[in-house]
Amino acid sequence: MTNANSTPLLQVKHLKKYFPIRKGFFRRTVGYVRAVDDVSFFINEGETLGLVGESGCGKTTASRCILRAHAPTSGEMLFRTKDGQTVDLAKLKRGELRPLRRQMQMIFQDPYGSLNPRMTLFDIVGEPLLVHGMTNRKERTERVAELLQLVGLRPEYMQRFPHAFSGGQRQRIGIARALSVNPRLVVADEPVSALDVSVQAQILNLMLDLQKRLNLTYLFVAHNLSVVKHICDRVAVMYVGKLVEMATTEELYRAPKHPYTAALMAAVPVADPRIKTGNVELKGEVPSPAKPPPGCYFHPRCEYAVALCRTQPPEFREITPGHFVACHRADELKLPGIV
Amino acid sequence: MPPLLSVKNLKTYFFMDEGIVKAVDGVTFDVRAGQVFGIVGESGCGKSVTMKAILRIVEPPGRIVKGEILLNSQSAHNGNRVIDLAQLDANGKEMRAIRGAEIALIPQEPMAAFSPVHTVGDQVIEAIMLHQPVNKREARQIARQMFADVGIPMPEQRLDEYAWQLSGGLRQRAIIAMALSCNPRLLIADEPTTAVDVTTQAQVLRLLRRLQEERNSAIIFITHDLGVIAQMAEYVMVMYLGLVMEQGPVDDIFHAPKHPYTQALLRSIPSMDSTPRVNLPTISGSIPHPFNKPRGCPFHPRCPKSMPGKCDVRVPALQAVAENQSVSCFLYHDAEVAE
Repeated sequence: MTNANSTPLLQVKHLKKYFPIRKGFFRRTVGYVRAVDDVSFFINEGETLGLVGESGCGKTTASRCILRAHAPTSGEMLFRTKDGQTVDLAKLKRGELRPLRRQMQMIFQDPYGSLNPRMTLFDIVGEPLLVHGMTNRKERTERVAELLQLVGLRPEYMQRFPHAFSGGQRQRIGIARALSVNPRLVVADEPVSALDVSVQAQILNLMLDLQKRLNLTYLFVAHNLSVVKHICDRVAVMYVGKLVEMATTEELYRAPKHPYTAALMAAVPVADPRIKTGNVELKGEVPSPAKPPPGCYFHPRCEYAVALCRTQPPEFREITPGHFVACHRADELKLPGIV
Repeated sequence: MPPLLSVKNLKTYFFMDEGIVKAVDGVTFDVRAGQVFGIVGESGCGKSVTMKAILRIVEPPGRIVKGEILLNSQSAHNGNRVIDLAQLDANGKEMRAIRGAEIALIPQEPMAAFSPVHTVGDQVIEAIMLHQPVNKREARQIARQMFADVGIPMPEQRLDEYAWQLSGGLRQRAIIAMALSCNPRLLIADEPTTAVDVTTQAQVLRLLRRLQEERNSAIIFITHDLGVIAQMAEYVMVMYLGLVMEQGPVDDIFHAPKHPYTQALLRSIPSMDSTPRVNLPTISGSIPHPFNKPRGCPFHPRCPKSMPGKCDVRVPALQAVAENQSVSCFLYHDAEVAE
């Protein structure tokens, strides 16, 4: 699936997003929350990159920076546009960004909060079309009908309001809206975590199906490792604003190289009573991104930590082709994976 | 010996302006002392309302319309006898002596469960003093010991902190400490790990398992996560739209599921060892709105084995099909629910 020779659709280099902490009467900046702290990764066209981590690790902030919902503090985000040019999304001004927004869309986590209850499906799905210049109402109606069909909803529903739909159907509406302007990159932020188990599978299948048909590229942000394993070609793991590991899904799950990745996988309860999981326990708490520990951010919780880990932050390096890891002991550790 | 808790044909309805929502519509189960009893189901299946009915905290317009909730009580206040909780005054002395002391609750959202204007210590101490004949100093001692037992570091300092000063994991531990402070014989855990991350979830589940073994209290464990159920429960009850679809020992539910709903639910979850990027088997359609529940078996419109003329007309009763395992499905028997 991954093609090493193709130029990536999106290349993120040393992305940083710091939020200032202000205090006192003059709102003086007394520190920074390093939500995203020097993150580099790439996504090839047509593939799905999973971005996983626990709450507060910066995965949502990173994905929002890519869409420029947040202005990044520093770093480059090189995006290959439809006509083959490469632009740096981090440097573009508002007006210059607008035509590019057609090519990058987002699917949100909460299917209830992300749809305006006062707008009909036609208005919701048709709004991006209107914004991007499809002013003819008849054309828009046709396109919305086509999109609703694409995501498995009946076009007759067009005049209804979101409240008439279940969570899964609403998520389909959100997907139709994202796809309305023919994007190439779709950022899906926890698209199935708010859905019921029996509906999750439907949405995952729909996303896989649409990807094949429309040659979409997904950045799939999630915390559920089983879902990520199912849908992603490659996975990047984040911890306190930094990437700790990135590899193909198969390799990451079979032979994780970072102790945090291994701990995350060991923590997932397996839906089989004959396999007992949860015996390896990750001690302690996730540190605050405003006051991260020195050295490797994971060392206070890491059972493999040595003196070097406490002082020297590890570099995010490629240890085997396509497998990146930020751990001093990556070469010597043998960590258990799954399967 | 009679079971610790025996729920018989419990019906809890909500009388709304738009009509009656039959949230729990004839649920029967037994919980033995020291057993971990899992209830799984998707949204709207009535698992939380069942829990609220047992604690008698169903808010109006909901009320228990039928059924018995027999608690084998052994307390200083109520003596050793079987009490039908459904017959008690929800705000009466007897019920208040049971709630919190004999049956305790671990709620889903630990932030919402604590008052933000009182320290967590004061809230735990209040619960202890309400149910035990101790003075404030002794109550604080018990609270401190409970905090230490559930693995809260520096328990003495934490008692004087507010809920919002604690991290998600610590808050969940504090709630567990509060629930256990009066040595309940039955603990109801309503989605106790839904709001926390996987690594915290693993810590909390391990803690609950340890405490349950040490104290031999029974736990009713409510969740929608099949992985958590497989790891925690001994006996499982599967609910759908207010009815019990199937119940049995955890191994049978996961390895020999009988009801088509249980079978479909288990197939539809992406697991750590399923083939990636292949469409998952799904359950067609979505969960019906509680106002237009289908006639007959509630699952029949989504069921691949639905028998026209039977499943869409009559409601199957819960019948034993193997030792300890019972199913409400016409594929296995012909018993129907008497109206």
